[in-house]
Amino acid sequence: MSPTDRKVPEEPGRAAVDHDTVPPARTGLLVLAGVLLLVPIVALMWVGSYSRVDPKLGAFPFFVWYQFLWVFITSALTYTAYRIVLVARPHRPMTGDDATAGTGEGR
Amino acid sequence: MSGIDGVALTVLVLLFLLVTGLGFWATRWRRPTSMESLDEWGLGGRSFGTWITWFLLGGDLYTAYTFVAVPAAMFALGAVSGFFAVPYTIVLYPIIFVFMARLWSVSHRHGYVTTADFVRGRFGSRGLSLAVAVTGFLATMPYIALQLVGIQAVLEVVGLGGGGNIVAKDAPLFIAFALLAAYTYSSGLRAPAVIAFVKDTLIYLVILVAIIYLPAKVGGWGEVFSAAEAKMTAAAPDGKPVGSFVPAESAHWAYATLGLGSALALFMYPHSVTASLSAKSRNTIRRNASILPAYSFVLGLLALLGWVAIAAGTTPVGLDGEPNAQLVIPQLFEDMFPSWFAGVAFAAIAIGALVPAAIMSIAAANTFTRNIYKEWLKPDATPQQEAKVSKLMSLLVKAFALVFVLVLDKQNAINFQLLGGIWILQTFPAVVLGLYTRWLHRWALTAGWAVGMVYGTWQAWNAANPRSGVDHFGSSLANIPVIGELGYIALTAFVLNLLVAVVLTLVLGVVKAPPGEDETIRGDYFADEDDPRVVKDLDALSPSTPTH
Repeated sequence: MSPTDRKVPEEPGRAAVDHDTVPPARTGLLVLAGVLLLVPIVALMWVGSYSRVDPKLGAFPFFVWYQFLWVFITSALTYTAYRIVLVARPHRPMTGDDATAGTGEGR
Repeated sequence: MSGIDGVALTVLVLLFLLVTGLGFWATRWRRPTSMESLDEWGLGGRSFGTWITWFLLGGDLYTAYTFVAVPAAMFALGAVSGFFAVPYTIVLYPIIFVFMARLWSVSHRHGYVTTADFVRGRFGSRGLSLAVAVTGFLATMPYIALQLVGIQAVLEVVGLGGGGNIVAKDAPLFIAFALLAAYTYSSGLRAPAVIAFVKDTLIYLVILVAIIYLPAKVGGWGEVFSAAEAKMTAAAPDGKPVGSFVPAESAHWAYATLGLGSALALFMYPHSVTASLSAKSRNTIRRNASILPAYSFVLGLLALLGWVAIAAGTTPVGLDGEPNAQLVIPQLFEDMFPSWFAGVAFAAIAIGALVPAAIMSIAAANTFTRNIYKEWLKPDATPQQEAKVSKLMSLLVKAFALVFVLVLDKQNAINFQLLGGIWILQTFPAVVLGLYTRWLHRWALTAGWAVGMVYGTWQAWNAANPRSGVDHFGSSLANIPVIGELGYIALTAFVLNLLVAVVLTLVLGVVKAPPGEDETIRGDYFADEDDPRVVKDLDALSPSTPTH
């Protein structure tokens, strides 16, 4: 898609968006996603909680099967976080003149 | 072991030829109008969807060296040295989920190919950008060399490479790498993307078969774990246990910091960034963060094969007659599998080396081209010239890696790889924090980087390992100041790096040092595939400026 396709004029009545802003988001949902992502990191960095042999699962020491279990838990948490951020911050298309012109103001 | 295993070798060669053919064919896969730009050659047209990215990143991150070294560490030293790879590759994904989408978006908007490109644009600092580029380049070189070590391990067990004269000894490795160099040159990132399908399929197949078949042959998992526990808890000549079955209290910090430090570092490597930026949309990487752990599961199983080898009584001895733990997995396969399947397994490891080696050499070449050649040597380089320089550089980088492994002791490659991991993490503040804030001053970030590099290198140099009789680079662990426990050097250096950056930012704020120009706007960090690219005046003159 080339920029020339985008010469469509803005819909009348719709204010031009200032793209040098963060697109709006539902903060509560973003925090929730952040917590879901933080859980596996905390759990696995807390080595003392799982560096033991018992209870075994079959022949597998707790240390081994517990960490394997976290592969699946983390995958599920990450996917949930993904669904949440999609809702939390819908994409704001970049249109208008300042979308293609590089601005270099800094902050 | 003597002689050549003919059946295994034949299977290995056939599979190798198959991927070589695929590598050359890849030029025509999802055919671009022109390969004459870094976007096409170096990033596969930034067009890969979720599944291609999954195969590509999986093939890229889980390297042949990982497949050889992780079980070798489990076999020789146990859980702290080997099994940390599991928490490492689990916490990796929540971490990249957070920042990779932003890096993708801003790179899409501004046409960045490397992290140093981003740092240049964000902080307006050529010096900081150069620091990031040089670090990435230096950290990648030994990593490529280690992929060769992975192939060598396989060839050695098959019985090749032990010949008397140097030509016969290294010819197979040389041919393998020459072919890799040729198709990477012509197909760019498309070659490893296609080969990754074969690599990953073979790896999954071999490991699933191994994990079901091998423990049964040695008496079941109970036998495996009791043999491992017996070996690890026995006393070594110095009176301490040989290794760890389950990390002891004193090793908790080591285990956690190795995992976290490695996870933070991995996506600072140019090859990880290259594979991520080749994705076609902002959310491709996020979706991948929830499906890539499949590889972590397989890596964990593979780590356990190191303990299976203990129960099986595998004795890894090199062709020079010296014990070499690195050979344990190929040797286990050779001993326990029928020849033809051993061949498939060897092919999985050897092809497993090709994918990362190709991506790493492309990434290192892109870094050189964008951040050294174009930035410092030839600012008016056209995209065609960039692609040309990058292609040549990818050859040079591989040639260097080959010489590195063939001429120097491969322990050097392993030492440098250890250093590379420490170094690359020092680019994290500029890159990742830079994605969120311009608060940190570019000079403070540069100073923090320098302090982290020096401190990390010094600590690694001082890390002795009395048991194996080395005075330097004997371990990636060192005492953490203040906390007083053993921890991963990279993470300690990283914390120091951050402290320096924060303190100096405050100081530079007081003296009102110029902050540098930021060419990005806030919205850039949320852009997606349909959003237009920023058109730069300079590039507007060139007909081949990508316009999507």
